[in-house]
Amino acid sequence: MLIIAAVIFGAVAGALVLFLVRYRARRGHVASQVRGNTRLEISWTGAAALILVVLAVLTFSRLHGMVTPAASGDHAGAVFATVDQPSAPGGHALHIKIIGRQFIWRFDYPNGAYSYEELTVPINMTVVVDIYAVDVNHSWWVPKLGGKFDAIPGYVNHTWFKITRPGVFVGQCAELCGQHHAEMIATVRAIPLAAWEAWVGRQKQLIARAGVEGQAAHAKLNSQTGAAQVENP
Amino acid sequence: MATRAAPLPQIASHRVERERRDWTSWITTTDHKRIGILYLATCMVFFLIGGVEAVLMRSQLAVPNNTLINAEHYNQLVTMHGTTMIFLFVVPVWAGFANYLVPLMIGARDMAFPRLNALSYWLFVSGGVVFYASVFWSPPDAGWFSYTPLSNGTYSPTAGQDTWIYLIHLTGLASAIGAINIVVTIATMRAPGMGWGRLPLFCWGILTQAIMLIVAIPVIGAAVTMLLTDRHFHTCYFDPRCGGSPLLWQHLFWFFGHPEVYIMILPGFGVISEVLPVFARKPIFGYKAIAASTVGIAFLSVLVWAHHMFTAPIPLVVLAFFMLSSMAIAVPTGVKVINWVATLWRGSIIFKTPLYFACGFLVLFTLGGLSGVMLAIFPIDWQVHGSYFIVAHFHFVLVAGAVSAVMAALYYWFPKMTGRMLSESLGKLSFWFQFVGFLVTFGIQHSLGLSGMPRRVYTYNAHMDWGTDNLISTVGAFILATGVLLTVANVVRSLKHGVAAGPDPWRANTLEWLTTSPPPVHDFDVIPKVLSVEPMQEIRAQIAGQSRAVDRQRAEARHARSVAAIVARSARRDA
Repeated sequence: MLIIAAVIFGAVAGALVLFLVRYRARRGHVASQVRGNTRLEISWTGAAALILVVLAVLTFSRLHGMVTPAASGDHAGAVFATVDQPSAPGGHALHIKIIGRQFIWRFDYPNGAYSYEELTVPINMTVVVDIYAVDVNHSWWVPKLGGKFDAIPGYVNHTWFKITRPGVFVGQCAELCGQHHAEMIATVRAIPLAAWEAWVGRQKQLIARAGVEGQAAHAKLNSQTGAAQVENP
Repeated sequence: MATRAAPLPQIASHRVERERRDWTSWITTTDHKRIGILYLATCMVFFLIGGVEAVLMRSQLAVPNNTLINAEHYNQLVTMHGTTMIFLFVVPVWAGFANYLVPLMIGARDMAFPRLNALSYWLFVSGGVVFYASVFWSPPDAGWFSYTPLSNGTYSPTAGQDTWIYLIHLTGLASAIGAINIVVTIATMRAPGMGWGRLPLFCWGILTQAIMLIVAIPVIGAAVTMLLTDRHFHTCYFDPRCGGSPLLWQHLFWFFGHPEVYIMILPGFGVISEVLPVFARKPIFGYKAIAASTVGIAFLSVLVWAHHMFTAPIPLVVLAFFMLSSMAIAVPTGVKVINWVATLWRGSIIFKTPLYFACGFLVLFTLGGLSGVMLAIFPIDWQVHGSYFIVAHFHFVLVAGAVSAVMAALYYWFPKMTGRMLSESLGKLSFWFQFVGFLVTFGIQHSLGLSGMPRRVYTYNAHMDWGTDNLISTVGAFILATGVLLTVANVVRSLKHGVAAGPDPWRANTLEWLTTSPPPVHDFDVIPKVLSVEPMQEIRAQIAGQSRAVDRQRAEARHARSVAAIVARSARRDA
């Protein structure tokens, strides 16, 4: 693609510079009054169309591999990409629900755990993502894990990725969503499966404890104000 | 034989109004040339305001974690800059050039509806004034395409968003009325002999643009009305909480928004098609191909809007359709570029400022076109959509494309409008500043986009490694701004001190160069008969022929006189 673009640009810019130098006005030089050349014009129109057909064919031939999630398991190199995909072969995939809101990302895991800002996933596992938004449009984008997919209220968008090495991948919201759009960072942390299971357990404990503490604080607040005026947060 | 009686002296039965010369003559004018100049002057003001907004944004982004401008003001600048440049500069600046030039180029004495023409201008100014009045209260901040729900009453509760809606309505109405005027003028008021095959290519560009405006403006008018009623009258077109669809806004906006891109660039294509042949001293290469590709681009441009929505939840088969239609536009556009380069081939090229800007256009617009083909391929778009790669792409086509063409048009037609030449040396200096400044500002932004920087962020973290590229881009923006200011200075200086131009300083091809510079109120003393695409060529040949005939007569008379003298002398001697 880049090579084709470079060749075309080189040809156009090269011809332009060549003509500007070669045919600059000189004494006694008269411009030849050429009005066109039908055969030449038809041939470069055809050539342009042909290049585009080749590009389209190349795109469609690669598309299946991008929209279909890969199977989980050992694979060399990172694999990722996109919308509308069928479920992963073998069904061994981690389903994550990503919810965009002003100005933070929330991640819901299948087993009741959730987290904000940072998504933690196991390596070598295909991660299938459903993308939601609750207020305005956002866009999910972690550049190293593939393209971006908009989070639009009232719609569900999809993508998938699989990470083969432990690591941290940083991205951020890619659709203007209000004042603090620039601070809506998304991080994906990939860790080995065992560590991930431990992490999920700890996260669930933390969530449960936070719930208990929250209820206690709530009850205390209610007894202080003397009425059940404080709504459940 | 009929004889005519000598007119008898009589008492005037009505008061003859004195011709006004003061400022009221400008605000009451219906002369297409004065309206054109009003448009151009107003657009120049808005262009400078939009430019200041751009430089402020680039200054904020020069270094990571900068605190020059806060998030709120940055979003307002993003919105004002985009809206200003599109609705208050590029679209109306072409209305200005079209107003001034189309009647002159087709050999007419005014537009078909002069008062409607004045109405267009005043609607446009009102839109701009209402919009900029919001600066004193709460400017809009939802971006120039105001995606819902962000732009609805819940998330953008201030009146700034409403001024944006009024701006779209008023400037839209101005464009639609102006477009109808242009179409009627070109369809009915061409000089005798000017068939469609002899219409100047600039007029082809303007005509096609006008038809696109008539198609696209009602759609955006309807969309912003729906947004207005959503905001204030509890309708539910775009709000998902009560069954509306944010995607509907995106479809409606881009159904207008993509033709809008070509509305901004087609007149520019027209300018390039006029400038290149004049300075290459040869006819345009493939007149028919260029005119036909203009119409082809216009047709295709209403079929590609969803390529702005490749990352939205849309079925794959729809994405595939919009990818193919978007790629197809590259064919007529490519044909134009090759024809333009071929126009220079075996010419005798004269290097004046308009040609500099036209060649700058060719180089940079080609780059913008190539990145456009990449973006049409939706899997590539998934990665670079909404990033600085996009910012770079559309500035390549709109700044290097449309603005370069505006600059070429300014340097080319300024002598006709004012009777004075712009300074060549200042013009060329301005070109190099703009060309280099542009490449530095926007070339590097491709790289920023590929390394993951999203557009419309007011700041970024130091550990993202985007600092160097951003600093380069900001330096470029200042160079570009200097280039623009050099042209502004050139215009101001040349209005008073420019070299007198005469009617036809470039030895150009089209009819506007037949009349004086600036032209009289009635444009032409005599409307000529048009025999080809380059009527001035024949007119010049005719004048040369006439003067040759006169010379011959004089020479013969001189010869006869000398013969007579010799005869007389010899007769005297004989006597």
